[in-house]
Amino acid sequence: MSKPIISVRGISKQYRLGSAKSQDTLRDQLTHWAKNLGKEQADASESFWALRDVCFDVKPGEVIGVIGRNGAGKSTLLKVLSQITEPTEGEIYLRGRLASLLEVGTGFHQELTGRENIFLNGVILGMTQAEVRAKFDEIVEFAEVGKFLDTPVKRYSSGMYVRLAFAVAAHLEPEILVVDEVLAVGDAAFQNKCLGKMQDVAKNRGRTVLFVSHNMAAVQALCGRIIHMGGGRVLGDGNPDAQIAAYLGEIKKPRTDTAVPLGKIVECRQLEFSPNPSVSGQPLEFTLELGAKQRTQLIDCAILIYSVYGQRVAILDLRKPTGQFPIGPDAPFRCTGRIKHFPLVEGDYRVGLFMNCSEYYSDYHDLASLTVSAATKEGELAPYAAHFRGLVELECDVKF
Amino acid sequence: MADGVFRMNPSQPHVNELADYERVIRPKKGLVAVDFDELWRYRELFWFLAWRDILVRYKQAVLGVAWAVLKPFLTMVVFTIVFGKLAGFSEKKGMNFETYAVLTLAGLLPWQFFANAMAESSNSLVGSSNMISKIYFPRLIIPASAVISGAVDFAIGLVILFGVMIWAGVSWHLHLLLLPVFFLVAFAAAFAIGLWLSALNVKYRDVKYIVPFIVQMGLYASPVAFPSSLVREKFGDTVFFLFSLNPMVGVIDGFRWGVLGGAFEPYWPGFGVSLGVIAALLISGALYFRRAEKTFADVI
Repeated sequence: MSKPIISVRGISKQYRLGSAKSQDTLRDQLTHWAKNLGKEQADASESFWALRDVCFDVKPGEVIGVIGRNGAGKSTLLKVLSQITEPTEGEIYLRGRLASLLEVGTGFHQELTGRENIFLNGVILGMTQAEVRAKFDEIVEFAEVGKFLDTPVKRYSSGMYVRLAFAVAAHLEPEILVVDEVLAVGDAAFQNKCLGKMQDVAKNRGRTVLFVSHNMAAVQALCGRIIHMGGGRVLGDGNPDAQIAAYLGEIKKPRTDTAVPLGKIVECRQLEFSPNPSVSGQPLEFTLELGAKQRTQLIDCAILIYSVYGQRVAILDLRKPTGQFPIGPDAPFRCTGRIKHFPLVEGDYRVGLFMNCSEYYSDYHDLASLTVSAATKEGELAPYAAHFRGLVELECDVKF
Repeated sequence: MADGVFRMNPSQPHVNELADYERVIRPKKGLVAVDFDELWRYRELFWFLAWRDILVRYKQAVLGVAWAVLKPFLTMVVFTIVFGKLAGFSEKKGMNFETYAVLTLAGLLPWQFFANAMAESSNSLVGSSNMISKIYFPRLIIPASAVISGAVDFAIGLVILFGVMIWAGVSWHLHLLLLPVFFLVAFAAAFAIGLWLSALNVKYRDVKYIVPFIVQMGLYASPVAFPSSLVREKFGDTVFFLFSLNPMVGVIDGFRWGVLGGAFEPYWPGFGVSLGVIAALLISGALYFRRAEKTFADVI
């Protein structure tokens, strides 16, 4: 039995919530100090544990998927593993070079050319200059940007930009590769190419890969083992099918916590569909309520509907035609809506949110789930089984 | 003895198993020393970031290199006229107009390098928030490479300085060889303040308003447009020591001595005070930075 290449022992990570908020300018901090001069320092700031006593070992060559709801601690775990942030307790032992792809294109500079960015980004991601030079042609070929090598990347199309960024990252050769949702970028053909590259890295070169994703199909295809996280703890660890089933079971249950944080400021207080289960082709109503810990502007908001395997099916655009929507501790954002004929084929769907406030924006996954049951069809033909029918039920009249 | 040690091992398989781990991640408590080994391993990244900053700086500005020439040159012309002629400093020191121009430029170059480098370095961490929240590397590299990128402007400035020296007909001497040493001192001063301000800037975003203030005040609180000996002659030694608490006093005096030679030898005790302040800022800055960097990724 080979020794583990990563050994995570009792890792916990605590974040303080309150302390940074009230004194985030030097002026406020100085006033705070002056006021409390000579007083006992009372640490009233709230804290929460993003990770709690996480333990697991990874053997060389394993490809591990990490799944879990938003706020389960997946990203924090990757950040601790890649040393971006420090654990509060516990130890991690690493044997081998670790490179993280938390987002492709990190360190790209708009003004620099493709060629310059390849070198810069390669070195930032942990390659030596000699390594980048050796792989340069391969990278250019993979990214399909040959003609534009000496053009500043600000003139690249977004597709080219992403391809180039991923190409550099894909040619890293660390012993341990940590990947967070990079496959959410690019077109379908490029995504397949990336999946292929990751498979190649894992299977043929025997690298160890830790892969965080909400795309269950990709996780299932790539990973030999899955760690299922929830509330900062490891809920399950082992066989992919069993863990995915457990996770999909978990997201069907309504969330027990009342408000789900969406980043540092905004929280989702309510996201409900009614009726749930709903019926394919019938009306469906939804209710969304967002709160905020401090005053901010809600710029965009959209409900995202995903298939069970993480394919985005539809979005409900909730932008206000009049522009931004101010939200704050006592001013929630609330909206309801009605879809006249909900057109999705029966099955389970996962529901997330895209939220863009003044300070940040992101996609938030698995905030709710939606079960659609089959409509009772009039007529003589029995419908095909759901998995033959794709995701959308189209209404049409056929003439023969 | 060796046998005894060997026999202890099976009872501690834990320690044995972990013996060949390359890296251990665990919370660091208390003061954290600077990890020079690690910095050395990341030296390529350091040069690449400096190279990027330099490339971008000269690509973005239409005037590019011309700006690096015009800025110190025009400032020198204005300062020489205002301070040398109008305020009559050059007559007071018994210098001709041309020599006063050299004196001003010899003060301006280290000052402009310091002011730019300190400003760039103070904003560097916040400007690299994307990298910091996504990738690990020793964070010290960021403010340090920001300081280095100002060195090109400085090099261009040196060429102008030599040109003006030829025009002014001042004598050349071996002190010039000391310029790299004083440049290093200026580098240390900019880096020391950059360390403090960049780390503070991550946590307190109003720090960026302090930087322009330091630059503006510093120009008058440093002997840029006048020789520092004027201060000593007018106010005496005590005031001069206070004056020397400004680290740029030592740097500019040294630099000017390197350019103009003998008559401008710094008042060494004052120079010592400046060096001491730089050293204190550098060490405390590095310790503060190391302590603060643990939470950079969380708060940036």
